[in-house]
Amino acid sequence: MAFNAAKLSDAMTRNKLEVPSGVGDGVLLDVFQGFVHELRAAGLPVSMTENLDAMRAVEIVPLSDRESLREVLAATLVKHFRHRSAFDTVFDVYFALHSGGVNPEEDAERGEVGDAEETGGVPGQQGSGGSGEGVSNEEIAEMLLAALMSMDRDQLRELAAMAVSRFAGMEPGRPVGGTYYLYRTLRQLDYEALTGRMMERAAEQVLDGDTDSPDASESLEARFQREEYEARLREFRDLVEAEIRKRLVADRGVEAMARTLRKPLPEDVDFMHASREEMAQLQKAIEPLTRALAARLAQRRKHRNRGNLDFRATVRHSLSYGGVPVEPRFKHPRVSKPEIMVVADISGSVASFARFTLQFVYAMAGQFSKVRSWVFIDGIDEVTNYFAESDEISEAIHRVNTEADVVWVDGHSDYGHAFEVFHDRHLSEVTSKTSIILLGDARNNYHASQAWVLKELRQKARRLFWLNPEPRGYWDTGDSIVSDYGVHCDGTYECRNLRQLERFVAAVIEA
Amino acid sequence: MAERFSSVQEVVDRLRDVDYLADTGIAGVVYLADRLEKPILVEGPAGVGKTELAKAVAAVTGSRLIRLQCYEGLDESKALYEWNYKKQLLRIQADREHETDWAVVESDIFSESFLLTRPLLEAIRCEEPIVLLIDEVDRVEVETEALLLEVLSDFQVSIPELGTIVGKQRPIVILTSNNTRELSEALKRRCLYLHIDYPELEREKEIVRVRVPEIDEALAEQIAQVVRSLRSLDIKKAPSISETIDWARTLLLLGHGAVDQEVIADTLHVLLKYQGDIAKAKKELVTEGKSILRGTESGKTS
Repeated sequence: MAFNAAKLSDAMTRNKLEVPSGVGDGVLLDVFQGFVHELRAAGLPVSMTENLDAMRAVEIVPLSDRESLREVLAATLVKHFRHRSAFDTVFDVYFALHSGGVNPEEDAERGEVGDAEETGGVPGQQGSGGSGEGVSNEEIAEMLLAALMSMDRDQLRELAAMAVSRFAGMEPGRPVGGTYYLYRTLRQLDYEALTGRMMERAAEQVLDGDTDSPDASESLEARFQREEYEARLREFRDLVEAEIRKRLVADRGVEAMARTLRKPLPEDVDFMHASREEMAQLQKAIEPLTRALAARLAQRRKHRNRGNLDFRATVRHSLSYGGVPVEPRFKHPRVSKPEIMVVADISGSVASFARFTLQFVYAMAGQFSKVRSWVFIDGIDEVTNYFAESDEISEAIHRVNTEADVVWVDGHSDYGHAFEVFHDRHLSEVTSKTSIILLGDARNNYHASQAWVLKELRQKARRLFWLNPEPRGYWDTGDSIVSDYGVHCDGTYECRNLRQLERFVAAVIEA
Repeated sequence: MAERFSSVQEVVDRLRDVDYLADTGIAGVVYLADRLEKPILVEGPAGVGKTELAKAVAAVTGSRLIRLQCYEGLDESKALYEWNYKKQLLRIQADREHETDWAVVESDIFSESFLLTRPLLEAIRCEEPIVLLIDEVDRVEVETEALLLEVLSDFQVSIPELGTIVGKQRPIVILTSNNTRELSEALKRRCLYLHIDYPELEREKEIVRVRVPEIDEALAEQIAQVVRSLRSLDIKKAPSISETIDWARTLLLLGHGAVDQEVIADTLHVLLKYQGDIAKAKKELVTEGKSILRGTESGKTS
């Protein structure tokens, strides 16, 4: 949606009813509208009402209270927890530079460098400002370790600033993203090994000081200690990141910076290229979706109160009202128990999608009593039990990958053969209650399609869907034969990210 | 009406008085809800204190808590109002001889005395200060959500036979959701949004100490550490705050002054509710712990 900040601010200042007077005039409103504009550019759906709410909200909290401001803006503008991290990124960019009133401690902090470090009791300190010249790299590492051990947040912030000026090698105007600098800084600090060093340090301290006799619970303590240190390190990492971001903003300006930091929202992350963290996030999101799908395919509620009239019960009940049939009674509708069959391609061409697919199947199995699943490459094998017997998704996937008998000839996808075998073995089990979901890219290596199998399946089954992880533009190119199969399906859906999966679920729901 | 709170900090302080520890996020949103007169939609995992927040807010503002528990199949007649048709029928029957004009009867049986108020209507007609809690709103169907919209945006209800009943006050309205499904945009737009997650170590420790005052600080710390450790594992259902508190009480009752592996192994079922999770946690905390120790010891000696 095209959005004109100037126009809005104009409209808002003119309309006294809606505009809070404090925010309404000039610069500040522009900042906030720029902020909202950037949120929209990052993909967050911010409506006009929410925008107005946010402006009213901003007037209520003191602008000097940065954290309250953050929460207040988040409460009015971000209506989904998955969007929160995107919001925080934009917030940090926008309200770090505009820090005159927002973050007053910043300037003061610069002057205090010397003090803070002296209280830290570090030798060789000359109080020389942010870059900490005259301190050797080893000393920085030592100071960092000390600060982490005592969890001195001020000191950590100092050190983060110092480490960035020293190690990141930032050059003005160089078009590199923040992650590059972050990586450089952390590598120089030997970030990966820090937990271990903190553990050692802690062990030494215990030896020097009051030695508690090492009893059975100490191993637990070691574990907690490690977790505590990891949490501290994460905090430090965030500080470094914030520092880098602050400098990049100063170098390039807010809008350019916000643009470079823009990442796809979780629901837009491509399954095929998702990082491990993103995958973990997706996994969490899949569950509610399958639940929605489950509820819909089952359609338990649709028939509520729609059973046939139970005449006997109605008459019996009417006696309590003197024979007037006030409340008609209905027979309980039969609850339909849906069966779902998931047939998924797990060949190399869709490997990362397959992982997601299996997670999807696993989540479905938790929702429906009757989910059966198959995987195939050129052979096909039922894997229902792997999911039922494994407590964990990773274990199930491991078993599927190692134990399932999915290779028939050469381990290249052969949809035709797989479907044919499925037809021979299981067609009799497909009933009018069965919904079938097929997952795959339909790249058949020029084998025979055997599309007639799907035609027969569809005749017997309640519904038949095809989810394809490839962009629609690639369909039917090369050896892809999606439409050969697609004509026999109730629907073919592109399914590369959460948003599309949600759309599929919604489509099933509306159908 | 007068504002209930004068600053975010005041919200934090007053909630603390009723043993609810709010962070800036929670307090900020409550404060905002009071000022903007908008409902709060609270989301988050089960057992992090969403419902508790509503109770706490009701307690500090001295309001009555009116609660609408949502469930699949909830409809207008259970949430808003219903005509008491049995009573209506009696009224009509009492008039067998038709001595009263039908128009009179009709206007009579559709008057307020034949109206059964359900939580939402009750909240709107209430004279005294209230906090309205609409619990687990994600359980109702998308279609049913719509009947909340009028209440949420204007705090009024339209009854065809009676006209529109407008609320006499703007109470604090809190909706909770366990995130089992996506709520509609229309609903979200009308609400302030608050996502409560599992607390940080420090806050959890504080919560344990506030809710179980007899506990000493060291034990509370250990409890919070164990719980954090468990949450970092990949398990089906991570322990919630309420389970943490239950566990603290259990330890206290059993007279354990400190947490060690045996205690954990014996009482883990208070924190975790799935057999698979318990087995996994035992494997991680009780045996893998030893190997860590061995690791550090060998590190020391070498």
